[in-house]
Amino acid sequence: MRVGVVTFPGSLDDRDALRAVRLAGHTPVALWHKDHDVQGVDAIVLPGGFSYGDYLRCGAIAARSPIMVDILDAIERGTPVLGICNGFQILVEAGVLPGGLIHNDHGQFVCRDQELVVENTSTAWTAGFHENQHITIPLKNGEGGYIADDETLKRVEGDGLVVFRYSGINPNGSLHDIAGLRNDSGRVVGLMPHPEHAVEAGFGPDTALAMRSGVDGLTMFTSVALEGVLR
Amino acid sequence: MSTIIIDVMPKRELLDPAGKAVHRALQQDGHVEFGAVRIGKRFELSVEGEVTEAHLDKARALADDLLSNGVIEDVVAIRVEDTP
Repeated sequence: MRVGVVTFPGSLDDRDALRAVRLAGHTPVALWHKDHDVQGVDAIVLPGGFSYGDYLRCGAIAARSPIMVDILDAIERGTPVLGICNGFQILVEAGVLPGGLIHNDHGQFVCRDQELVVENTSTAWTAGFHENQHITIPLKNGEGGYIADDETLKRVEGDGLVVFRYSGINPNGSLHDIAGLRNDSGRVVGLMPHPEHAVEAGFGPDTALAMRSGVDGLTMFTSVALEGVLR
Repeated sequence: MSTIIIDVMPKRELLDPAGKAVHRALQQDGHVEFGAVRIGKRFELSVEGEVTEAHLDKARALADDLLSNGVIEDVVAIRVEDTP
C-alpha cells in the first residue's frame, strides 16, 4: 500500500512516521500541507509535532490548511486516516473526532513509555491487535488532556468510539482515561501516544525481554493492510 | 482606523494551568487578596475606516469558528474601539 504522511510547518515526527510506514511493508509517500493533492495514497498519517507553532490552539491552523480539504474528502471516500498526537489534535479541531484536548492537568510536559489498553479492534489501524490487548508505546505532549461535555462522552462510550485507554496511570487528566478515538466508520483513528516510536527493536520502549525492544506500535501500521484484506 | 476586539476565555469548568501558575506566583509574593487568576486571549482585528455591521457579522462568525473552539473556550466579548 502507498501510505502518505503530511508535513506541516512545525511537524516533528513526519520522518519517523514515514519510517514506520516503510518498516510495516508499505510505500511511504511524503505529502505537503500546501498542496491540494494527496497523490492517490491508500491511507494517510497526520504526524506529531507543533504545526504552525501550535499558535491559536493546538492543531487549529493545520486543521484549516490547504491539504486538509482534500483529506476531509478522502475521509468521506473511506480512506484510512491516522492522527498521532498533534495529528489527533488536528482531527479534533477539524471536527472529524469529537471533544477537545487541553493542557495536561498537572501543567507539565510529559514524556514516558505509556501502557494502553486496545479497546476497539474494528478499525483500520487496530485490526492487528486482539481486544483488550495491553501495549506500551511512548507518550510525549503538553496538551493531551482529553475533554468533552457529558453528552459527547456518553455518545463516545455508547458508540464504542474509544479505541485506546490509558492503563496503569492516567498521565494527563484525560476524562475516562481516553487516549485515542475512532470515527463512526472506524476508518479514522486519533491518539495522543506515538506508535511510530515503537516500531523497531533497539529504539522502542523497554520490555521484560530486553531494553528498548518494544515494537507494539508497528501493529498499527501493519493493521492498515490487514484490514484491507479482511474487508 | 477602528479595531474590533474579541475576548476568548477557557471555559469556567475547565482547568486553566497557566492561570493557576500565575495565581500561585501572586500568592508567593504575598498578594493573597486575589482568589484566582484565569488567562484568556484577546484578538484585535483592524479595519480601515468605520466598522460596519457587515464587519461585525463577519467578526462574530470568525470568533465562533476559527478564533475559539466551543468545546474548550467561550467568546466572552466582542466590541469596537477607535484606534488613535
